[in-house]
Amino acid sequence: MQPTKMLTAAAALMVVFNGSAIAEPVDDTLVVNDEIEITLRAPAPEHLGGALGPEVLSGWLYREAETRSVQRDDFENPGMLAVETAQGVWETAEGTEDKSCASCHEGPESMRGVRPSMPKINPENGELWAMEQYINDCRENRMGAEPWGWDSQTMRGMTALIASVSRGMPVDVQIDGPAQSYWEQGKEIYYTRYGQLELSCANCHEDNNGRYIRADHLSQGQTNGFPVYRFNTTGLVSLHNRFRGCIRDTRAEPFAVGSPEFVALELYVASRGMGLSIEGPAVRQ
Amino acid sequence: MANDVKPRVRVPKTASAGEAIVLKTLISHEMESGLRRDSDGNIIPRKIINHFTCTFNGEVVIDVALEPAISTNPYFEFEAVVPESGTFNFTWTDDDGSVYEASEEITVG
Amino acid sequence: MKITRRSAMMLGAGFAAASLLPALPLYASVEEVEARIAEFTGGETPGEGGITLTTPEIAENGNTVPVSVSAPGAVSIMLLATGNPNPDVGTFNFGPLAASQSATTRIRLASTQDVVAIAKMSDGSFVQARNEVKVTIGGCGG
Repeated sequence: MQPTKMLTAAAALMVVFNGSAIAEPVDDTLVVNDEIEITLRAPAPEHLGGALGPEVLSGWLYREAETRSVQRDDFENPGMLAVETAQGVWETAEGTEDKSCASCHEGPESMRGVRPSMPKINPENGELWAMEQYINDCRENRMGAEPWGWDSQTMRGMTALIASVSRGMPVDVQIDGPAQSYWEQGKEIYYTRYGQLELSCANCHEDNNGRYIRADHLSQGQTNGFPVYRFNTTGLVSLHNRFRGCIRDTRAEPFAVGSPEFVALELYVASRGMGLSIEGPAVRQ
Repeated sequence: MANDVKPRVRVPKTASAGEAIVLKTLISHEMESGLRRDSDGNIIPRKIINHFTCTFNGEVVIDVALEPAISTNPYFEFEAVVPESGTFNFTWTDDDGSVYEASEEITVG
Repeated sequence: MKITRRSAMMLGAGFAAASLLPALPLYASVEEVEARIAEFTGGETPGEGGITLTTPEIAENGNTVPVSVSAPGAVSIMLLATGNPNPDVGTFNFGPLAASQSATTRIRLASTQDVVAIAKMSDGSFVQARNEVKVTIGGCGG
């Protein structure tokens, strides 16, 4: 690295991270609808080698009280509006086969346990697939319907519905066997510095979680709450869209939403939050 | 957009006469403020819910005038008393003249 | 003008902000807010006490800020956001079946500013409460 370049990178980091301001994540508990207990702290998985300390923490613990409270009750969680819409879509027959999701899968509750294992190796072709790919595979090959855009409103609603029936279940992705090479690819992306700011995922979410990036309280960047309802966009945000936003903010050209690189990254980041409860649709700022 | 507008209300199923009960309402709506521009630089026209009412057996509980500063997916929480069993009616009036409605029964015993 | 890296960054930030900015003034003038209050009270100066306005000290995102207001015995309560392009937020009118003259909603705040609630009481008098809400600007894409 050229000395001048090093200087700019160091200066950028000093601007970005307000080193003195550290705020601990709150000590609070989350029971959604007085019914679904959410595990917000879990023993850090061994593969992290202590990089996040003894515990991994849900991003919910890094939010202000008013934001946290909206996730406590499905009635107040605007992400559940999209889930309700998706329940209608679930039962709508479409395509050349005139089938709906419900024709094969009955109620959405039958999807309980699916979200915690995503992304997952598709046994039919050995590829690592995200939830969105399994949904579109059903649409194209079982329903004879058009696939949805990865980041379309309908797709985000459907992934939120499928996540919602697994709320409270721990993230449990397979990272060995056929998934291992994908996991390693994802890990490499996680630790690669991108963009003019030369920031990796780890620079913010591993080295500086708990600190402020301008006025934002940096979390561990866990993915168990996705898709999340953000006050910022007043809509559901898909995980890949969040990845794209993070990389864009380093002033880099991001990977595409739905790219194999982001699916690999999705697996690696999910594995950093093993044991945390699925929260989707979570509520964030 | 209009097809996406979905009112939700939360009303207890039962109450005792004169008891204060908490009502919550949430409606999916963009609440387009009329202050934003699209990617071509044109002002996006205002389109908000401008009026909300809650009545019980025809008598007013609350009547709200909304301005563009109310957030997307307008949320209200307030308290009512019910003298007898009956029906809560809720209305949301859109700038385009549409009125979205919901109603919920409650038993007083 | 020499474009340094820093000024290029500032320009970028300026453009980003400008694309979100309204065609109207960025915030209401003090006179405008006072005129709104005078319109509601018929020129009377509101008193203090008898009204509770609950707002977060820090709002993580100005798009959705929870606000609760309560004024026992009020006929109606008007909310104003003094730092918004248009200070009007909404007016709650309470009917005979309201168990309390209180309500909670979620509002948009353009920046750190005072939120004002003015209640018209059943005897025709007015009371007012005013809270500052700090609105933070996100770090990333926020």
